Amino acid sequence: MADVIQIQVNGEQRSCRADATVGDLLRELAIKTERVAVELNLEIMDRKDFDHRSLKQGDRVEVLSFIGGGASVDAQGKGRGFIYAK
Amino acid sequence: MQNDRLIIGGHEFTSRLFVGTGKYKDFVETKKAIEASGADVVTVAVRRVNITDRSKENLLDYLDPKKYTILPNTAGCYNVEDALRYARLARAAGVSDLIKLEVLGDERTLFPDTAGLIEAAKILVKEGFIVLPYTNDDPIVAQKLVDIGCPAVMPLAAPIGSGLGIRNPYNLKIIMEMIKVPIIVDAGVGTASDAALAMELGADAVLMNTAIAGAKDPIAMAEAMKYAVLAGRLAYKAGRIPRKLYATASSPIEGML
Repeated sequence: MADVIQIQVNGEQRSCRADATVGDLLRELAIKTERVAVELNLEIMDRKDFDHRSLKQGDRVEVLSFIGGGASVDAQGKGRGFIYAK
Repeated sequence: MQNDRLIIGGHEFTSRLFVGTGKYKDFVETKKAIEASGADVVTVAVRRVNITDRSKENLLDYLDPKKYTILPNTAGCYNVEDALRYARLARAAGVSDLIKLEVLGDERTLFPDTAGLIEAAKILVKEGFIVLPYTNDDPIVAQKLVDIGCPAVMPLAAPIGSGLGIRNPYNLKIIMEMIKVPIIVDAGVGTASDAALAMELGADAVLMNTAIAGAKDPIAMAEAMKYAVLAGRLAYKAGRIPRKLYATASSPIEGML
């Protein structure tokens, strides 16, 4: 059995296989890779690297996409700004 | 009006009405309203994907990217770093280099922080973005944004979502006379006449969201806005008569008894 690591995805704790890549994670979450942006530890990833970059213990992953909005205060009235991780 | 195209940063648009996609009941209503508006440009916000409930549909499944130009925005950003981060994420999500740049100064008014806006715009233009900045109806700031390299500027008519209409038509008129790039009046439109007035003043386009999405019948309002923008544009190009204090008879006096 592969080792399990703890990572954070969109602010939530999650465990995944130690040898999983970012691409594996997106597939597991059933997220289509077109039209999403992935930020790993505050750095925006090139989508070409999704299948090459392995996840490490403590990695912080943000997966973003487009939602309804025109100007400020979005449709859901939430998600205003990021909380910067120190 | 056939050849009356709007060109911004190499992108060509037929409709001069830009619409937002927030505040609709659901994606079906969003799609119908956008269709009724005839808009080519559709703004969207960038947010976290819901990873706990993947059954949720994606807005972009309802908007054919071949049919619409997706204009991501940095809505909700109150400082330069956040605005840069969202803009870069929007580009990484792979839609386009276009960004509607918002750097807000205050939660109550949602007025732009124009100092932060200029700073963020400078950086994003250098990074190759096509920056459409949401700004105040301030001609000097508008000029600075153009000098930086913004291919269009988006001054507000009134606070976002306020529906107050054009509060300072004279400032907007000065912006339109001074600024040599397309002017998109953004935010504050309440009803069709507001959009028509913006276009009559000489705006190149109008962007709105709440005025349509918040109407009792958003699809009907979307259609009303389509005609208002067209009518305003035609009237602007036709050239209105000057205002005079006293009457001028339209019928000849000759031939009267």
